[in-house]
Amino acid sequence: MTTMTDAPKPGFRLSMLIYDTRYRSMTIQIVVLFLFMAGAAWLVDNTIKNLATLGKDFSFAFLWNRAGYDINQVLVAYTNDSTHGRALLIGLLNTLLVSAMGCVAATVIGIFVGVLRLSKNWLVARIMTVYVEVFRNVPVLLWILIALAIFTDVTPQPRDFRATDEMIAAGEAPKASMLLFDSVAITNRGTYVPEPLFSRSLGNIDIGIFLISIDLLAFLAAVIGGFLAYRAIGTHATKVQEATGVRPKTLWKSLLVTIVPPVAVLWALGFHLGYPELKGFNFTGGINISNALMALWLGLTLYTAAFIAEIVRAGIMAISKGQTEAAYALGLRPRRTMSLVILPQALRVIIPPLISQFLNLTKNSSLAIAVSYMDLRGTLGGITLNQTGKELECILLMMLIYLAISLMISAGMNVYNNAVRLKER
Amino acid sequence: MKKSVFLGTLAASALLAGYASAATLDDVKARGELFCGVNTALTGFAQPDASGNWQGFDVAICKAVAAAVLGDASKVKYVPTTTETRFTALASGEVDLLARNTTWTYSRDADLKFTFTGVNYYDGQGFMVRKDLGVSSAKELDGATVCIQTGTTTELNLADYFKANNMTYQPVPIQTNAEGEQQYLAGACDAYTTDASGLAATRAIFADPENHIILPEIISKEPLGPLVRHGDDQWADINRWVLNALVAAEEYGVTSANVEELSKGTQNPEINRLLGTEGDLGAMMGLDNEWAKRVIAANGNYGEIFAANIGEATPIGLARGLNAQWTQGGLLYAPPFR
Amino acid sequence: MSNSQANSAVYVRDAMLPAEHPPAMETGIIKWLRENLFSGPLNTILTLVGLVAIYSVLSGILPWLFRSVWVANSLGECRSIITATFGEGATGACWAVIRERWTQFIFGFYPSHLYWRPVLAFLLLLAALAPVLFTHLPRKSLWFSILYPALGFWLLWGGTIWIPVVAMAGFALGWLALRVLQPIGGTILATIAAVVVPILWWLLLAGPVAQQLQAILPIGIEAVRSDKFGGFVLAFTIGITGIAFSLPMGIILALGRRSDMLLVKALCVGFIEFIRGVPLITLLFTASLLLNYFLPPGTNFDIILRVIIMVTLFSAAYIAEVIRGGLAALPRGQYEAADALGLDYWKAQRLIIMPQALKISIPGIVSSFIGLFKDTTLVIFVGLLDPLKGITDAVRASIEWKGIYWEPYIFVGGIFFLICFSMSRYSMYLERKLQREHR
Repeated sequence: MTTMTDAPKPGFRLSMLIYDTRYRSMTIQIVVLFLFMAGAAWLVDNTIKNLATLGKDFSFAFLWNRAGYDINQVLVAYTNDSTHGRALLIGLLNTLLVSAMGCVAATVIGIFVGVLRLSKNWLVARIMTVYVEVFRNVPVLLWILIALAIFTDVTPQPRDFRATDEMIAAGEAPKASMLLFDSVAITNRGTYVPEPLFSRSLGNIDIGIFLISIDLLAFLAAVIGGFLAYRAIGTHATKVQEATGVRPKTLWKSLLVTIVPPVAVLWALGFHLGYPELKGFNFTGGINISNALMALWLGLTLYTAAFIAEIVRAGIMAISKGQTEAAYALGLRPRRTMSLVILPQALRVIIPPLISQFLNLTKNSSLAIAVSYMDLRGTLGGITLNQTGKELECILLMMLIYLAISLMISAGMNVYNNAVRLKER
Repeated sequence: MKKSVFLGTLAASALLAGYASAATLDDVKARGELFCGVNTALTGFAQPDASGNWQGFDVAICKAVAAAVLGDASKVKYVPTTTETRFTALASGEVDLLARNTTWTYSRDADLKFTFTGVNYYDGQGFMVRKDLGVSSAKELDGATVCIQTGTTTELNLADYFKANNMTYQPVPIQTNAEGEQQYLAGACDAYTTDASGLAATRAIFADPENHIILPEIISKEPLGPLVRHGDDQWADINRWVLNALVAAEEYGVTSANVEELSKGTQNPEINRLLGTEGDLGAMMGLDNEWAKRVIAANGNYGEIFAANIGEATPIGLARGLNAQWTQGGLLYAPPFR
Repeated sequence: MSNSQANSAVYVRDAMLPAEHPPAMETGIIKWLRENLFSGPLNTILTLVGLVAIYSVLSGILPWLFRSVWVANSLGECRSIITATFGEGATGACWAVIRERWTQFIFGFYPSHLYWRPVLAFLLLLAALAPVLFTHLPRKSLWFSILYPALGFWLLWGGTIWIPVVAMAGFALGWLALRVLQPIGGTILATIAAVVVPILWWLLLAGPVAQQLQAILPIGIEAVRSDKFGGFVLAFTIGITGIAFSLPMGIILALGRRSDMLLVKALCVGFIEFIRGVPLITLLFTASLLLNYFLPPGTNFDIILRVIIMVTLFSAAYIAEVIRGGLAALPRGQYEAADALGLDYWKAQRLIIMPQALKISIPGIVSSFIGLFKDTTLVIFVGLLDPLKGITDAVRASIEWKGIYWEPYIFVGGIFFLICFSMSRYSMYLERKLQREHR
């Protein structure tokens, strides 16, 4: 047995902490950690001292106190007897609502504009360029304010829809009329759209925080069931095709299984639309979308759509013409070229910046403050903060919620990115 | 090196930093300037004019305090505050005095730890509607759409009022008075609710004021007053008595026109004490004896300030109402200067 | 064969005819119209829809613009002039408000006899930016760009000249420490000294020294305090300071995020993700409502400075992500080549990595800057008078101009558009220039 002897160890000197690359990074990290801890401790210490000076405590108990104020746009039940915590929930849902509406609309408009900007039609391409440049280069706050000014000053008042007896006698029409077969009324108090009603409703389930309509669940179940059946038919057809070489005709079967169940459920529940009607001061019935929401939605949508249009344009231009030509050479028809060759590649370029635009839109929705839309900032960071004087708790909680939303969207983006990443070997 | 750029900013900020200590009066004197929190823009109460000078009923309070403490009504730094930032600005020492039409309530006094130094305007929440709506009482507003400024006491009052009368309403929240007018004029709401003074001011400058009425119901008490931080009694006293001096001056007929003459001595010992020709009242608060004389010389007495900014001769045209002297049937009642 | 054919021909052309004009459909404006506007049914429909859209927008706006009033003292006067000139019910633009209040939109409440100072600061800013933006200018002029922050600060806020001088002296001291200590104590000690010495200078000595110098040699101009700032002066002050400080900070953060040191990386990732995850408005509220909780009791510094710090942090996180993208796009060979040359980390970054990474990131950086500049309008929500809503609301609070909406919005929006549009054009110019270099 021979014994291995280690190389002679030089004695450890203090200066090696800095000059020896083996220890240097450790030294730096320890110094950074120390500074970070010291900084954090300093902040916390200051906060505790300041709270003590002001005679305030740090507690979230106020969330269970009565809020006492009303909110005009609510998705789940809320009255002024509800708690501040519930007002927070209303605000959060309103934030999510306007963000979701904004993302969908901005994507649709953005794709439309982005494609048209590449159009060979000179006029249309120019119009779209002007749109994109004007909207991108002006603060979104201005667009929201302008949208609000349009909704308040340009749209008619509810009473303009009324036909008084004298007007009927004189054969005059009211100054304003409803759109889409008298179902949608755009007024300067908000837009009224028909609401779905069920005459044989199954009622609601109370899940503690809010009610869920069983009717909605039944409808969703029918739609999902139909979709699953459609997939099953498709899989079966592929199997038959692979076995026999002939694909059976599935069109009628597919239509049947996708359309019949939801329609049957709707019929069974007695589905009908509740139309808005002018009664007293206002329209009643239907769903009222407040002008603040409409203005915020419009402003955010038009602003973000300009960015999305650029992303879409860049995505399409990034795919070289060779790809199309190669697909044609393989004998693919134009439609299948688009869906199998171009789109999958373009989407890989488009989706990541698109999602970061969604993220921006969600964060920009906090500009609801400019139109007094009751989003998270309006309830928790606005009225609740003001009525309770709990700035520290309200702002920290609000940041935390926004952070959670953003992180969830980013996590979704990462999942997608991993799924479509070029599989390199 | 790059990091030090950032630290440099912090250090530079330290050069500009001011330190708020317990004795606000000493701070203000050392600084040679009063930091006064005002509204970002409210016609008649606080708004900057074309050359950037702040004017208005609340601004006059700032000027009066500056005149008393610093001897110069122009040595005020006006800090525009929003409904969200106003209390923090005061609590943090960013402003020495908040004169921003703020309602004196129990919780603001006790829980938020502020001291209201008096009431410079007795107000109440009212409703304004269009005449052609055919409404003559707030009780008929069931189902109406109401424009309301957020972050104030008005939204709580409104909720309470409709609840107490078993009525429903649709709130249209707004951020500033300007937005409220825009929404109301466009017909986006049936009624506009805020302090009655604000309603009158708003209505007065409409193109067609005769087509709008202010409903008779006043649904709340809104004593608006300046406030300071808890815990500095001397500073609170100064602010309280500056306000009282303005009120008392009107009661005794001391105006900016005759204050110089009256301060040479009069037959009325109360006026003499107020203007510092008799007794030693100023020293008790840490000021000189002529502080009240300067206050009145700067802006005039309460009545003059009222008339100049929001009174009947101005486009806003508010009547004195509750804000008349107690001798005239109002609520203004200055404790004796003794 | 050929002979007989030739002989049998009745007519042989022996001269070329002049070329015929192309058919009317294939030439000039008609061809252009046909190809670009009416090449197919879909295109024709699109063109018609486009024309209708243009008409409906212009027919709404143009008459209103044509009926402009430039001289009036109030909105009411404007309206009566329009009614008198164009008849009952006509609406028109009332630019008189801009004419009367434009100084407020641009300068806020800056004292009017000192307007030359922000203007001069802006012009000098252009001079300082020129050598940074256009690389063919003499490199010597970069010194002016380095000195500009102190000069701009002094011009805007005024007061004694010694505060900016001693502040800049901190940097000089740091540089001096680096130079003096490097031969004695080695690079690392010198670097530490170069960071610590200026900090100590700023924290402990700068204030008293400035006071002493001022006492000995009082040089100064009239001081203007932050509460006088408003309008575009405020937007520019916040925007440009934010841009200037967020770039170096963003570089540090990006390097930290790609660092091998776990802790440094974790802190940088945490900071970047936190800042990018919350809306700017909540950070501004933090600046105005919470900062006095976090700082020692009694500290209270200028709200504009607090806002600038928050805006800088916000923008730095975004720029860090852009630069990280640039770093990631560099081929690994570049890092390995730098290592092979024996360069240490900072030298490699300074000479090899950063110049390339920054070049790639320029479009992203510029669009972050544009975003930052547009976001300066949000400061109204903490009570600072920005041009878009702050000054507009203040103007509207005066009795003369109550109820005026479109004109101020158009004026302010137009200025924002000009600035942001030229910034984005500049970034496109850079992109093209850099592309050419790669070819």
